[in-house]
Amino acid sequence: MFFRPSAAIAAAVLLSSPALLQGASAADKPTDPQIAHIAYTAGVIDINAAKHAMKKAKNKDVKAFAEDMVRDHEAVNKQALALVKKLNVTPEDNDTSRALSKQASDKLAELDKLSGAAFDKAYVQNEVAYHKAVNGALETQLIPSASNNELKSLLQTGLKIFQGHQQHAEHVAAELK
Amino acid sequence: MKPGRLASIALAVMFLSMVVPARAATIQITMDNLVISPAEMSAKVGDIVEWINKDIFAHTATATNGDFDVALPPKKSATFVVKKAGTVDYYCRYHPNMKATLKVEP
Repeated sequence: MFFRPSAAIAAAVLLSSPALLQGASAADKPTDPQIAHIAYTAGVIDINAAKHAMKKAKNKDVKAFAEDMVRDHEAVNKQALALVKKLNVTPEDNDTSRALSKQASDKLAELDKLSGAAFDKAYVQNEVAYHKAVNGALETQLIPSASNNELKSLLQTGLKIFQGHQQHAEHVAAELK
Repeated sequence: MKPGRLASIALAVMFLSMVVPARAATIQITMDNLVISPAEMSAKVGDIVEWINKDIFAHTATATNGDFDVALPPKKSATFVVKKAGTVDYYCRYHPNMKATLKVEP
């Protein structure tokens, strides 16, 4: 079961190592309804983490970063919802989405125990790692597996946005040191 | 006022309109799907640079040397009047992978 691509994506996100995805066989690649669900879930996770950070963060750049995450990920997810509606596709829950959500709630609980500068630093570091992992999954698994062109193109826009977020998070992390 | 003076004023106005340089140009740069285009643009001091954000995301045009920091809400455009010559690299603060260069001639 571990080598199913959905599990591999989750593992990649957990370990921030997109290389793991390369072992997945093309035969069990995720379907479009599953890809839509994974991408949407990944966005929701970052929105939740950001809303949490908007309340807890002390540093103004960290707060501003969290606001940017809510704004951008909500915009992407709004587009994703409009697209699945248009294509008449029902996003399908799957092991990857479930693993992502579980991992995210564990991370949120972990961050919740921190406060002040320690929280700010841990949140931003997690944002760097999280975006890196999601970008790896998008590039190596989700985008190549998507069969509908509009879905593929939305994922490609998502990738560019999230690569921007990763760089932004890296800048904020560097400023905190 | 003597008619002669009026005529000389009229003449001065005429000359003035001749020496005033060509009207400032408006240079348009688009931000579409996270790409700034053209990535390299030339302008002259006094020109108006207009960034057009076609995305559903907010962007900025932020000079690395601090010369300008223009906010571009989703589907909106904004302008900046170029005041000094030089090559300025700029980027989007929210998506630093969006980068471009503005070359300003005197």
